[in-house]
Amino acid sequence: MELGVYSFGDVHQDPVTGAQVSPQQRMADLLERARLADDVGLDYFGLGEHHRPEYAISAPIPMLAAAAAQTKNIKVGSAVTVLSTEDPVRVYQQFATLDLLSGGRAELTAGRGSFIESYPLFGADLNDYEELYEEKIGLLLALNESGRKEESITWSGKFRPALEDATIYPRPVNNNLDIWIATGGTPSSTARAAALGTNVIYALLGGAVSNFARHAQLFRAGAEQAGHDATALKVGVSAVGLVGKDNATETFYPYWRRVMDDIARERGFTPPNRISYNMQTAPAGAIYAGTPEQVAEKILLTHQHMGHDRHILEMDFASVPQKDVLKSIELFGTEVKPLIDAELPTTKKVNA
Amino acid sequence: MSDPTATTIGILGAGKVGTGVARQAIKAGYRVLIAASGDPKKIDLIVSVMAPGAIAVSAQDAMELSDLVVLSVPLHKFRTLDPAALAGKHVLDTMNYWRDTNGDMPELAEARSSSEMVLAHLPQARLAKSLNHIGYHELELDAREAGAADRRALAVASDDAETRALVLDFVEHLGFDAVDAGPLAQGAAFEPDTPIFTGSYNEARLQGELLAHAAAAQAELSPTH
Repeated sequence: MELGVYSFGDVHQDPVTGAQVSPQQRMADLLERARLADDVGLDYFGLGEHHRPEYAISAPIPMLAAAAAQTKNIKVGSAVTVLSTEDPVRVYQQFATLDLLSGGRAELTAGRGSFIESYPLFGADLNDYEELYEEKIGLLLALNESGRKEESITWSGKFRPALEDATIYPRPVNNNLDIWIATGGTPSSTARAAALGTNVIYALLGGAVSNFARHAQLFRAGAEQAGHDATALKVGVSAVGLVGKDNATETFYPYWRRVMDDIARERGFTPPNRISYNMQTAPAGAIYAGTPEQVAEKILLTHQHMGHDRHILEMDFASVPQKDVLKSIELFGTEVKPLIDAELPTTKKVNA
Repeated sequence: MSDPTATTIGILGAGKVGTGVARQAIKAGYRVLIAASGDPKKIDLIVSVMAPGAIAVSAQDAMELSDLVVLSVPLHKFRTLDPAALAGKHVLDTMNYWRDTNGDMPELAEARSSSEMVLAHLPQARLAKSLNHIGYHELELDAREAGAADRRALAVASDDAETRALVLDFVEHLGFDAVDAGPLAQGAAFEPDTPIFTGSYNEARLQGELLAHAAAAQAELSPTH
């Protein structure tokens, strides 16, 4: 099982202390976390893009490049690249570059994004939501395929100029980019990732640890049916949580509450409260906050349901203070990881 | 509990909600047909894993061969629903408007609820609104036997008395106290961003919320002099 951390570079005003961290300071904080995550043996450091005032990361690539330059072993990737509002050719070039400079540690996670600010920003029409994504993921994978085969590509679509016998430079290490598809649980997204033969990562942002058990089963069955070796494809879970020796659950609550209050207000969802928090921090709930033992047990319980290969945590929800995040990263690597390694075989080595 | 009034449920949409409703309906003993757009073979695998026991069929068959048609497609696709095939059918609308996935829908501004916009497209369907104010995971997690102390209540609105009775019975069999919310216009009381949508209620409290909404709507209509 691979463990890692991811962030959107939260710069919310601290809901407990009122402190405000600047985007400049947050960039330094993120790099400090990347170095620590690498030092304590975590497998993955991810940054995802949002285009909102509370988040400092809208362009993960330069930050991932900086993180790669300051680390040795950890994989660096986009926790999500909102592919619908990107040019897949440019995305491929950027991640190929990141892969080369990091010695093959780059990963790309493509998704549609849980917020939609990037659509008007880049002139995409929300009414093309599905078609845009379908076309762009198709092109991105075709680019990777042509890279693997060391061939040129000829392609045409609706949202981008056609490519005529084009070769995209540079090519990544071993001519292959590790690509994941991120999904919030729409069955057709799982079926799509399975048919395309990419890794898949589920955003398990609350609810129960068993929520995506059927999806993981569907993914493997779909991959086999499409003729892929399902055992070579990875299933991941991205979730929220904080590891601490004592009081991590208490520490995390006001920050979790701040984000969930905002989302509930914005989307007309059920507002969070202490009861819903307690349900989700209980052993079968999908908030991974607690002691190293509690978090390890919960990840293992998730594994019983999903058989997943990677579990990554967003620890800095609404600007959890840097000292708490650093402590959490340290414990995640030094205490949670050994507990999980003792129960499960380690990382798969095969690429898709 | 009595045998269900409807025996075959036809679900349009094999997404989170469609497969979630299918699972609960199978559990309750219904025969469940489920369709996406296009060839049913495309969703065979999804259905066999996400809702074992349900049968993947064409949309045409799901509408024609069922006693109750459940609409669980993304709301912005409502225009792809076939008004002729749904004419005279009992239809349950579970859909909600989410700007993030549905995009801008100017026609919503002219409707009192999203279900009335759907009804305008399907004028001869016998339409009810329900199951839209419960999360698809909760359909499974919150379902309880009739009489359970913590049984959750769900509202049903329709202009057609027979359809309303049929859907009330369906919701009961899925594991919830079904509360008659009255005519379809009352569906506005449990759309996103309302207390009913964002909360979880037992029967008495849901009835209270529905009455409060009706009273507020009445006050808005009355002249204030």
